[in-house]
Amino acid sequence: MTAKELEKLAYQARLLILEGVHCAKAGHPGGSLSCVDALTTLYFDEMNVDPKDSKNPDRDRFVLSKGHCAPALYAVLALRGYFPKEDIKLLRSIKGHMSGHPDMVNVNGVDMSTGSLGQGISTAVGMALAAKHLGKTYRTYSILGDGELAEGEVWEAFMAAAKWKLDNLCALIDVNGLQIDGATKDVMPTEPLDKKLEAFNWHVIKVDGHDYDAIKAALKEARALKGMPTAILLKTTKGKGVSYMENSVEWHGKAPGDELYEVAVNDLNRHLAELEVE
Amino acid sequence: MGEKIATRAAYGKALVEFAEQYPNLVVLDADLANATNTNKFAAAYPDRFFDCGIAEANMTAMAAGMSTCGLKPFTNTFAIFAAGRAFEQIRNSIAYPHLNVTVVGSHGGPSVGEDGATHQMNEDIALMRTLPGMTIVVPCDGNEMRLAVKALIENDGPAYLRMCRYAVETITDETPGYEFKIGKGVTMKDGSDLTIIATGIMVGYSMKAAELLAAEGISARVVNMHTVKPLDEELVLACAKETGAILTVEEASTVGGLGSAVCELLSEKCPTPVLRHGVPDEFGRSGSAADVLNYFGLTPEGIAAKAKEVLKRK
Repeated sequence: MTAKELEKLAYQARLLILEGVHCAKAGHPGGSLSCVDALTTLYFDEMNVDPKDSKNPDRDRFVLSKGHCAPALYAVLALRGYFPKEDIKLLRSIKGHMSGHPDMVNVNGVDMSTGSLGQGISTAVGMALAAKHLGKTYRTYSILGDGELAEGEVWEAFMAAAKWKLDNLCALIDVNGLQIDGATKDVMPTEPLDKKLEAFNWHVIKVDGHDYDAIKAALKEARALKGMPTAILLKTTKGKGVSYMENSVEWHGKAPGDELYEVAVNDLNRHLAELEVE
Repeated sequence: MGEKIATRAAYGKALVEFAEQYPNLVVLDADLANATNTNKFAAAYPDRFFDCGIAEANMTAMAAGMSTCGLKPFTNTFAIFAAGRAFEQIRNSIAYPHLNVTVVGSHGGPSVGEDGATHQMNEDIALMRTLPGMTIVVPCDGNEMRLAVKALIENDGPAYLRMCRYAVETITDETPGYEFKIGKGVTMKDGSDLTIIATGIMVGYSMKAAELLAAEGISARVVNMHTVKPLDEELVLACAKETGAILTVEEASTVGGLGSAVCELLSEKCPTPVLRHGVPDEFGRSGSAADVLNYFGLTPEGIAAKAKEVLKRK
């Protein structure tokens, strides 16, 4: 899929993220908007998945370790055809099945229930290890937040992935630099991330997390690499695509009211219209 | 009475015994294979054994991921780390999505002995009981452990298997009509004055307590409640109605464990005098296993004394 096609899908996903969070009057738009370009690239270009056969044991797996960004996952799954786009209107509602964090039991296409930070990457390591053990060729992908890296379990998982040489595992880290309490560099500094991961025996690729071609190339490089897991450090903008949310910690976990929702929709539609005329 | 063996030792043998029959069984450990007895499985099936290092949180969630891909993981470490340190991994990554993982906590209870309070896990049964859909099995001897391992490999869903370090006599192999089924308690000995409902290694001690009581003319029924959750409610209610007094015995905290489960049921469905015997609301302490058990009155004599206490409330 071309970068432009991916971008259109990612902006449609952004509209769904905003719609879901607005309907729910709660949720996490900031981090959803920063990781959705990578998520779109995974589900529409990289991963071997089929919405009509969502439990196929040979499918590629995805774990959203930063589970609070469920709106992004649900939006991309809906666009990919796992369930109707209308379902997103019932995000976080008692009337629907779109729970606040990814739920593998009730949401078609979700490979692992997540939400408690640090656990998702461990489950992804388990899936990749299971593939090696069973002689299967599926790959496992996981998106983590940079704030999430303060969880010790993440580093336990990184060590384990290197021990078992899980070259079928690719972790994408959404380095948007912000978390609930403020800037990640102030709350709990994680840099130099590349050096830390390399010291943990991971192959590291740094890309612009909103550059589809760069993400595609990194994923391709990860697929070709043998003998070690790959981490793609996605340099991203929290709240990307919505003018007033960009680089603002305020929109980590808050829904816009009606007026600001309209501003967001206009921002996103304007960008989609620009993509059409280009 | 049969051979004296720790349930953890029987566990290690059982894993090896059933490995061929269940090829999807995989075993994970956190650098305690020699203590948990998974070392035998590791030696026999190295490609199905995964040493995760001293990282219980990661091991537990890894097992969840593996189970989604068709494997049947048994995770192993001391009960304190299995149910304590990794509690939230069990809750969110295993129990909430109802995944097919058996978490094995070895060295449960005060019979750990010398290592002391930091390693004597008395709260594991209580913690695991709070999780929806969790199955909790605490075998009383080596024979029952073997049967429990087979049943748990076949079980589909989250489970916690508790085992202990201390060697105990095998009793279930000589119990007439004994059969192991998850969720079904076993009446080890009939009696009419009261029922002692015990779990784990306290079942054997309760049988001895019943002998002491018989010498004093007291007829105690002994129930082996190897599955604490789901509780065999039918059996507990029958014992309450037929004997009119219940003593629960567990080598674990009396807060939230088997005793609590029995009280919760009886208070709502059949109010009956109950006394909970186990580790009271305090931490353990160092000492030989026998000395620490004796300290808490978890001996045949201590159990018999508690039985007489509850009889007075009838």
